[in-house]
Amino acid sequence: MVTEKDIWEHLEQISDPEIPVLSIVDLGIVRTVSITDDCCIVTITPTYSGCPAMNVIQEDIIKLLSPTIDTKVEMTLSPAWTTDWMSENGRNKLREYGIAPPEHEVDKSVLFAKPTVVPCPKCKSSHTKMISQFGSTACKAHYQCLDCLEPFDYFKCLK
Amino acid sequence: MTTQEAFYNYIVRLGDDSLILGQRISEWCGHGPILEEDIALTNIALDLIGQTTNLFELAVQIEGKGKDVDQLAFLRLEKEYTNLLLVEQPNVDFGYTIVRQFFFDVFRKLTFEALCQSSDEKLAAIAEKSLKEIKYHLKHSSEWVIRLGDGTEESHTRVQAAVNTLWKFTNELFYQDEVDQKVIELGLGVDTSLFKEAWQLHVEKVFTEATLTIPANTWQHEGGRKGTHTEHLGYLLSEMQYMQRAYQNMEW
Ligand SMILES: [Zn+2]
Repeated sequence: MVTEKDIWEHLEQISDPEIPVLSIVDLGIVRTVSITDDCCIVTITPTYSGCPAMNVIQEDIIKLLSPTIDTKVEMTLSPAWTTDWMSENGRNKLREYGIAPPEHEVDKSVLFAKPTVVPCPKCKSSHTKMISQFGSTACKAHYQCLDCLEPFDYFKCLK
Repeated sequence: MTTQEAFYNYIVRLGDDSLILGQRISEWCGHGPILEEDIALTNIALDLIGQTTNLFELAVQIEGKGKDVDQLAFLRLEKEYTNLLLVEQPNVDFGYTIVRQFFFDVFRKLTFEALCQSSDEKLAAIAEKSLKEIKYHLKHSSEWVIRLGDGTEESHTRVQAAVNTLWKFTNELFYQDEVDQKVIELGLGVDTSLFKEAWQLHVEKVFTEATLTIPANTWQHEGGRKGTHTEHLGYLLSEMQYMQRAYQNMEW
């Protein structure tokens, strides 16, 4: 008999296709797992409304679990995902992978506000510069380190 | 008009705004003035299309005829689209694109802030989710309006020209008819007249910093909510609908 705990462990194997180092559990997009009458319902939530990875993630979950148990994936929008849902483990993995994990909140209403200081994931210098609020995917901003000069992605804070 | 019909139309209008603007901005893909802006604009387009998907999924549920969201997005005729005229206007240049975006972002933010209190839980959830994205969009467009307006003579002239041309589509943002009355009564939708002043003040504040001026006494156009569009929408739709019409029911 599979338990909900087993399912959660299984789900650790599924990674976000855009940030393969993060599992969907680390990312905090798996909301609930419930088993009823030999059927498993996994509820997930998108990071951004237009996140193109959601369909792939949904298929991956079904592919992984259906040999063990009948699986349905449901989508919920509320409460909306924020970067606070990301696990500490996830944040560490991101940093090792070369993506700076989300820092505290930027006030989006203040124009030309000083962008958040994001330490360089390569050399740890906090002498970095935001190049663009919008990066290679919806969840990232684009930064550059002014010491080692490496450009890097910042997983931007969403609150 | 029943409540169900009014709520359906209301949601489709909200979805059409982001669908058409998202499609319009995506024309910048590969043509942005600088790489970072190419990426920014396509990210914003993606957010808007994502918001549309959520709204249309809600719309087809309300309608209850088992329609697919792609049918709604891609297989209607021009007169069946109910987006604001502002969002279908052509890109022209980067300044024009930014001004159009700015007008829309201020409006969308105020609308969705209010929609977080909708008596429909699903719509409130979509609003809450979308709002997090819209705040980034608004910061982006506001900062560019200021940079370009208070920039060089060339950039100032161009964005001021964009403001002069686009201003005539801004009154329509606050258009309301029997659809709105019905959803407002039931607390499902929001009364945009309540924040018309807030919209104007926000725009003026940014324009002051940008050294831009609002043109006086421009004729105001409307018709989008009833399916009467400017000539630009037809061209946009023919490109957007091509794949679905040529290969019916295709999926990516
Ligand atoms: Zn560095």
